[in-house]
Amino acid sequence: MELVVQGIIKAFELLISFDPEVMGITWLSLKISGTATFISLFIGVSTGTIVALTNFPGRKLVVTLINTGMGLPPVVVGLFVTILIWRNGPLGFLDILYTPYAMIIAQAIIATPIVMGISLAAIQNLPPNLRLQILSLGASRLQMVWILVKESKLPLLAAVMAGFGGVISEVGASIMVGGNIKGYSRVLTTATVMETGKGNFDIAIALGIILLLLAFMVNLFLTHVQQRQQQR
Amino acid sequence: MNPILTIQNLTLRRGGITVLDVSEINVEEGRVLALIGPNGAGKSTLLLTMAGLLKPERGTIYYKGSPVDTNARRAQMRRSISVVFQEPLLINTSVYNNIALGLKFRHFSKDEIKKNVDAALDYFGISFLAKRSARTLSGGEARRVSLARAFALKPELILMDEAFSSLDPPTRETLIDDLRHILGETKITAVLALHDREETLRLAQDVAVMVDGKIIQSGATTRIFSHPESEFVANFVGTETIVPGVVKANRAGHLEISINGITIEAVGDFSVGDKVYCCLRPEIITLSPVTPELSSARNVLKAKVLKIVRQAYLYKVFLDCGFPLVAYLTIPSCEDLGMCEQSFFAVSFKATAVHLIRR
Repeated sequence: MELVVQGIIKAFELLISFDPEVMGITWLSLKISGTATFISLFIGVSTGTIVALTNFPGRKLVVTLINTGMGLPPVVVGLFVTILIWRNGPLGFLDILYTPYAMIIAQAIIATPIVMGISLAAIQNLPPNLRLQILSLGASRLQMVWILVKESKLPLLAAVMAGFGGVISEVGASIMVGGNIKGYSRVLTTATVMETGKGNFDIAIALGIILLLLAFMVNLFLTHVQQRQQQR
Repeated sequence: MNPILTIQNLTLRRGGITVLDVSEINVEEGRVLALIGPNGAGKSTLLLTMAGLLKPERGTIYYKGSPVDTNARRAQMRRSISVVFQEPLLINTSVYNNIALGLKFRHFSKDEIKKNVDAALDYFGISFLAKRSARTLSGGEARRVSLARAFALKPELILMDEAFSSLDPPTRETLIDDLRHILGETKITAVLALHDREETLRLAQDVAVMVDGKIIQSGATTRIFSHPESEFVANFVGTETIVPGVVKANRAGHLEISINGITIEAVGDFSVGDKVYCCLRPEIITLSPVTPELSSARNVLKAKVLKIVRQAYLYKVFLDCGFPLVAYLTIPSCEDLGMCEQSFFAVSFKATAVHLIRR
């Protein structure tokens, strides 16, 4: 119990004193996971929408694969990204192993199926005739898709939350492809793992609390936006 | 007659099943055509095909005389047509923006958009809703907005799929009245998928009856209701009494028909021995007290009252005059006659009011 209390006190000390190392780690975590979520949003929403609106042979299989991807184990993603960007790997020439770029790629791969799956479900949940109604009003296909995406704003915001929540708390892939290099690729989760390993529970708890606070604040903001939408 | 839209030899399949098989249908310019038929008859599918939103496997659609056979022509036709779906399908923005949506897609200028939207709001009596969010509307209001959105486009042809379903009766009544008025005033050609006879009689000048993806009878509304060509159409248009009979005599078109041994008179072009269905609409039947001279009169039969069912403004009276017969009676006349179940009355109807269908 004392350990926990000490940890919390230490966390507040670190936060109030704006400890440069902790701030650096926090900022990097936000940057990496934010960028990864943004990329996943782009690929996930567009692909999810296309799959929702088209009919092609093997569509069921694709939907099943997307849904499976929503539960992709981060270590497996970490393993494959590592193999790909390993010095002798197919993308070795990029020379990005143990960099924040590699972490962004791995996290984007984890978040994309989550965003894609939720977007797919959101677009499919719209009234089936809405597409035809918009087309009959004279919309081009692109205008029609844009309106459908706007109509699914609420679930798409949920997709952002789920995607961001998935990658900010992820540790397996980040440590494998990022290497947890101090001041360069160390993020909140990898730092927490390391500090726990060293027995520095107070710092680990502090980092854990920051991680929770961060996730809470981002979700608080998105929930606020979502609920405001609903009330309109 | 000048058709704005014609469909010829059209078939449409879905999931290996033929859902539409229409040999020909014409939508006459400036008139209102009702597509009626039971659920699953293909009314909605035919509407979507007319709108150019579904592509048939076979057959041709002619719009203003030209075949709609390329994607460009289909797109062009679509821009002259408005579609109103069964659900209002409004998007999450203000009422004004919802009505303006199609005008924006069709590249109207800002001034024209404002003018058309204001006019459409006014037509449907919903100007006060302009700034409201579409999400906060009642069912009737949302329906009016979706109709206003369709009319704002000033289309040449408007297609409506069950536009009054799931509305409460008073809301439905006023909306039908308003729509009838607006259609009459604007002279916009319209095709309405309906399943209610009363709506059909109030709104449409022409009717096409659909069953299993086929049009089984089409023509002027009054003609379809008074001269159904099959037992199915007769049933669907509300002919309560349809009884089988045999032609016993034909004197220059004046027929004697035997139904269960009872002879009635009718008019028509049938030969002795022909088997027919005799259709008697409830409104042609007159009921009066039984009098001694009853037996000699033509088409006057003694009937026993089996059951009296109170409807909104009428009594529906089930009778037995040797064959089952249904009549409608106003509430005061039912009381004046002192009608009760098991009592006897005289029923009469004109020979010319009996509609015959060959069986």
